[in-house]
Amino acid sequence: MVEFVLPKNSRLIEGKTFKAAADAKNIRMFEVYRWDPDTQENPRIDRYEIDMDQCGPMVLDAILKIKNEIDATLTFRRSCREGVCGSCAMNVNGKNTLACTKAIDDYEGTVKIFPLPHMDVVKDLVPDMTHFFAQYASIKPWIETQTPPPADSERLQSKEERAKLDGLYECVLCACCSTSCPSYWWNSDRYLGPAILLQAYRWLADSRDENAGERLEELEDPFKLYRCHTIMNCTDTCPKGLNPAKAIAEVKKQLVQKNLG
Amino acid sequence: MKQKSPLSPHLEIYTLPLTGLISISHRITGVCLSLGLVLFVCVLTAIASGAQSFAELQQTMNMGIVQLIYLGVIYALSFHLCHGIRHLIWDAGASFDKATMDRYATIELGASVVLTLLVLIFY
Repeated sequence: MVEFVLPKNSRLIEGKTFKAAADAKNIRMFEVYRWDPDTQENPRIDRYEIDMDQCGPMVLDAILKIKNEIDATLTFRRSCREGVCGSCAMNVNGKNTLACTKAIDDYEGTVKIFPLPHMDVVKDLVPDMTHFFAQYASIKPWIETQTPPPADSERLQSKEERAKLDGLYECVLCACCSTSCPSYWWNSDRYLGPAILLQAYRWLADSRDENAGERLEELEDPFKLYRCHTIMNCTDTCPKGLNPAKAIAEVKKQLVQKNLG
Repeated sequence: MKQKSPLSPHLEIYTLPLTGLISISHRITGVCLSLGLVLFVCVLTAIASGAQSFAELQQTMNMGIVQLIYLGVIYALSFHLCHGIRHLIWDAGASFDKATMDRYATIELGASVVLTLLVLIFY
């Protein structure tokens, strides 16, 4: 449902400011969304001054520096620090991205860090991904076959067939795209969102999968698929440079072909 | 006691790309055009109701504020049409290249201005 204003318990209040050391010369300000489930307080924005001469180049480096040296209570997800695990997805200066692959120097002035938009917050920068992954499971993200496997080999693909998965298999399910989508904000209860639909197409495009008919039938739904209004925020924000909007268009095209054929 | 999870900020913190701004404008102009259609029916009714109401309508239409609304409706129609065509191309599965997004969005905006000017020049 469309709700422009945040609920009362989610509105932001002023937080604390942490000053950098007096001898720091190259200071950048980082504003970070904070919420602690153990207090009765609303979310707040804490401000951290960081000496960039003592900090790594990526947004994640700054966040780690805050956690290690300034404020150990800051909570966030991270793992691989190289854009492969998808854990450190967050909203930085108005766009969703992976903190580990985003350079601080790509921004000017204050860096504002929020959790992925329109999600239930578990703590600080950690959103609740339960629903997102339940939606992922719902599209059966594995190969489904009707025929028995070949006796003497695996199910093989030609190079051309394999090439059809390029731009799809790279998705790390960080949810940057889905949580950038206004349609997903208002209808995430029933709309699958760009990430899951790109994954759905990844299995439709796989030459080894033999269940396309059933997959398409599952997707043909005014909400699951057709809440995509080609707003293009997903493609704009994907930190892996993928194109979920195009994948969704391909699913729609396959549905037309199926219904005509 | 733990309190209910807050909802993370969305609209207020997100920077919409040009395509996103055009998308919401497409919605808004669509709504405006539907309302404009009601005005259009009023205009038609006035024209059909005889010489006196026709003269009154003409007077009203010449008022600055009404002309501004008129201009707004023409622009909304042009813009809605241009982005509608973009949607048709998208629905055909074409033109999703990320590098061309802003360029085509700018062309749409330019075309809608040109269409509006053409209408103003020829009518």
